[in-house]
Amino acid sequence: MNAVLIALLALPLLGAALTLAPIGDRQALRLGTAVTGATLLLAVVLAAGFDQDDPSRMQAVTDVPWIPALDVRLHLGVDGISLPLLVLTALLTFLCALYSVKKLPAGPGGRAFTGLLLLLQTGMLATFAVLDLVLFFLAFEIVLVPMYFLIARWGSGQKVAAANRFILYTLLGSAVMLLGFLLIGVKAGTFDMVKLADAHGSGLSHTTQLVAALAILVGLAVKAPAWPLHSWLPDAHTAAPTAGSVLLAGVMLKMGTYGLVRVLLPVVPDGTATFAPYLGAFAAVGIVYGSLACLALARKGAKGDLKRLIAYSSVGHMGFVLLGIASLTPTGLNGALFANVAHGLITGLLFFVVGAVKDRYGTADLDTLAGTTGAALYGRAPRIGALLAFAAVASLGLPGLAGFWGELLAMYGAFDPAAGLSRPAFVTYMALAGLGTLLTAAYLLVVVKRVCMGDPEQPAPVADLPDLKGYEAASWTPLAALTLLAGLWPALLLGLSDPAVKHLLGGG
Amino acid sequence: MTTAHDLGQPLMTPLTPLAVADPGGLIQSVDWVAVAPPLIAALAALAVLVTDLFLPEARKRLLGWLSAAGLLAALAALLPLALGDTRSTFCFKSPGGGCSYTADHFALAFQLLALGGALLTVLLSLHTVEAEKLPGGEYWFLLLSSACGAALLPASRDLATLVIALEVATLPAFALVGLRRDGRGAESALKFFLSSVNATAVMLLGVSFVYAAAGTIQLQGVADGLAQAPGRLKPLAEAGAVLTLVGFAFKTAAVPFHFWVPDTYVGAPLPVAGYLSVVGKAAGLSGLALVTTLALRPYGHTWGLVLAVLAALTMTFGNAAALRQRTDTPHGAVRLLAWSSVGQAGYLLVPLAAAGYAGSAEPLGATVAYALIYGLVNLGAFGVVALVGGSGRLDGFRGLAGRNRWAAFGLAFFLLCLAGLPPGVVGLFGKVVVFRSAVDAGLGWLAVVMAVNVVVALAYYLKWTALLFAPSAGEGVAEGDAGHRTPAPLGAALGLAAVGAVVLSVAPQLVLQVVSGSLF
Repeated sequence: MNAVLIALLALPLLGAALTLAPIGDRQALRLGTAVTGATLLLAVVLAAGFDQDDPSRMQAVTDVPWIPALDVRLHLGVDGISLPLLVLTALLTFLCALYSVKKLPAGPGGRAFTGLLLLLQTGMLATFAVLDLVLFFLAFEIVLVPMYFLIARWGSGQKVAAANRFILYTLLGSAVMLLGFLLIGVKAGTFDMVKLADAHGSGLSHTTQLVAALAILVGLAVKAPAWPLHSWLPDAHTAAPTAGSVLLAGVMLKMGTYGLVRVLLPVVPDGTATFAPYLGAFAAVGIVYGSLACLALARKGAKGDLKRLIAYSSVGHMGFVLLGIASLTPTGLNGALFANVAHGLITGLLFFVVGAVKDRYGTADLDTLAGTTGAALYGRAPRIGALLAFAAVASLGLPGLAGFWGELLAMYGAFDPAAGLSRPAFVTYMALAGLGTLLTAAYLLVVVKRVCMGDPEQPAPVADLPDLKGYEAASWTPLAALTLLAGLWPALLLGLSDPAVKHLLGGG
Repeated sequence: MTTAHDLGQPLMTPLTPLAVADPGGLIQSVDWVAVAPPLIAALAALAVLVTDLFLPEARKRLLGWLSAAGLLAALAALLPLALGDTRSTFCFKSPGGGCSYTADHFALAFQLLALGGALLTVLLSLHTVEAEKLPGGEYWFLLLSSACGAALLPASRDLATLVIALEVATLPAFALVGLRRDGRGAESALKFFLSSVNATAVMLLGVSFVYAAAGTIQLQGVADGLAQAPGRLKPLAEAGAVLTLVGFAFKTAAVPFHFWVPDTYVGAPLPVAGYLSVVGKAAGLSGLALVTTLALRPYGHTWGLVLAVLAALTMTFGNAAALRQRTDTPHGAVRLLAWSSVGQAGYLLVPLAAAGYAGSAEPLGATVAYALIYGLVNLGAFGVVALVGGSGRLDGFRGLAGRNRWAAFGLAFFLLCLAGLPPGVVGLFGKVVVFRSAVDAGLGWLAVVMAVNVVVALAYYLKWTALLFAPSAGEGVAEGDAGHRTPAPLGAALGLAAVGAVVLSVAPQLVLQVVSGSLF
């Protein structure tokens, strides 16, 4: 039993339950900030108490039976892979709650918003903390209903259609994933992820592994999302309110890639090895596809929505993560996990900034924003402009910022894939990914040019454009600072993930 | 024998007064504790009928509470059975005779569902009977009789008792459906009656074929008989098996025998529709499970395949039809629940099919667990629909959260349980055990079909849930409940269902333990 980890999961759930009580909207929002703040504190405590010398060992473990009939246990724990993601989740949710106190999106009020946000956080944290396949599936499902309502009720544009598409798509994925889990559970006789990972696929026939790996891969690829299963994502991100977009991109996409690393790789290694080249191919296509889509959206006269553009850029960035995983090497996996966290920080920041721009202009349409010469944020709101430019160059992978290391390592992993995988194929994927980085740089620079530069004197859609406000600075600077920190000191994360990755791959 | 004497024929043989060698063997001892649950329900039914004669019009309300008390007593009678060992009664002492009534875990679980479902229905009905001026005595009597039949059915272990119990469960239901004295009630009752009587006739034919082939009506004996039946009797036995299955498929409203469901539910008083969707279905299902896994065991692969196809069709058709419901159709809410119940029947059939493939009764636990969960939350959903009232259009639920917060939360929770999405955790685990039974038995394709269906079903459950929290329509056409208070029994029933579902969500083990234990 470990009280900190249990409290980490119980606290948001308790907070969500509290919002059922008749309290005012403002009180509820403050309650939300307090609860997510306390959760973040717990996550920091957990990280501080984490034995950094042995990150491949499950720590803070709780293991008690919950449903003996199904052999489902409340098995919780963290290692070097899940710890950064837990802290990231706690941080992003806290920042979203903080931001929402001042800037609640238009919708049915703060109480329901807070309740849903906290429920969402419970599900996200649980995904990274549980070590039982059925619980993992449960946590996967918990996030769906809150996110559905956040999009459908607090979103903008085609919000109901986008929310429907989001939930149906991901549910179909997770239902298929459940079938894979059950197949493993039935054949291996346990749902315990640690036991299954230690067994490393022994006891599961090759056919079982193939079928299970395919089912799990499809389910997680929807969530990640991997091209061509990504089509729910642009709509959902575009329609979601700022907090929803931040959490969708910053955390929920990671649930998919985390699942690949935590479940697919160690539990069904044979099946994974069979499908890895295909996953790599889809990842490479996704990288190029996402960048091309962004490039098309960034063009003048394309009526591109800025949020939609960042959503498509997520498809590209998650492609790097998937490519790193597909290489099945420690290098690639470390890169994937690093890129995971980096993408959470950078895209979270991007969505915050773009959300603020959208609030100020009333639209995120790039053509309307830019006018004839460009939106000239450098001139009119220099701090916001600078932050946007910072996030954009971080996103395109400038060395020294967080975006660089993950993508570099993922490509390096693809350059020298695990034994048994076709080297020429993976080198091709790497070349495609390299092309993707160029395209990514191109569209992000176009965006910076069209949004940040331009003539400040030209007639603008809104006359009054306030610069960075206090609450915005408070909720954004931690992300910017961490982006810089992770870029300058990658060993902070890699030191945690490397031993754990080697352990999962069966090396250590 | 006596007739022979009366005709005055000369006695050619020494006097043999009785046809069997050991007359004492025919006298069966009755274990009253074992038969107590259905018996108490039956006695309560009679008590209600008699009391009705002596009660003045103003005090007819008491009858409802009397019924509730009777059902509570019947439920209490389950306790000693659940704690003790399996008891059997009405046994034949001849070797290999078997018993006609067995209170094993399977029977107890379904009795809990039948009696508990009936109790919730009674609580839901107390208000409806008054509001719609239904004849009290008849209503309660019929409801209790039907519940008695539904409780008797899962414990029956021979074909005759099975058929009789099924008829006791369904015959009063026709009358219940028709009790609402308007054209719609009569039409739905007639539809229900005709299709159900057809099913009974077909089933009786099937049962007689099976009897002819196996030479006994004891379920266990039938299995042995069929296994040893001579080759030329095989076509007869197979035809009998198929016809029997068809009969039960009618009762469970499996596709293609489902057409009566929506019209019947819409025409019936709402609590009765809820009752039919839970207890009526449970009765058919338990009968089907008994006949297939016990009597027709030797043909496991055949009926396993038939049931698997039936399950796939049922869930697909039910969900597709539910998906097509528009929000402005009159009685759309009940129609949606009716079609969704058809879809859910499909899920319930999956473990049955798996049992056929696995060749053992083990997967049935999933059906039992899922039926218990489904019964609880489905009755809850019907209860909220009854509470909201009005024209029953789905549009009438728009913005319910603003008018009646707890009703909206309750309905949302029940719907999410039916959909199997957290926070309706118990519904999720219900589906997990059903999936597991299918995967375990190697029915991968059925599991995939079901997975797709779960997603399709989510679309309409979620549409309804979202409607509850949508802003109210502009003109404020609040229907039904706006203004007046929730009737106490209705509130109690809803509270009971909601608390039950929440408790089971936190501790699913309470209901899922039937999955791991032995049933028979």
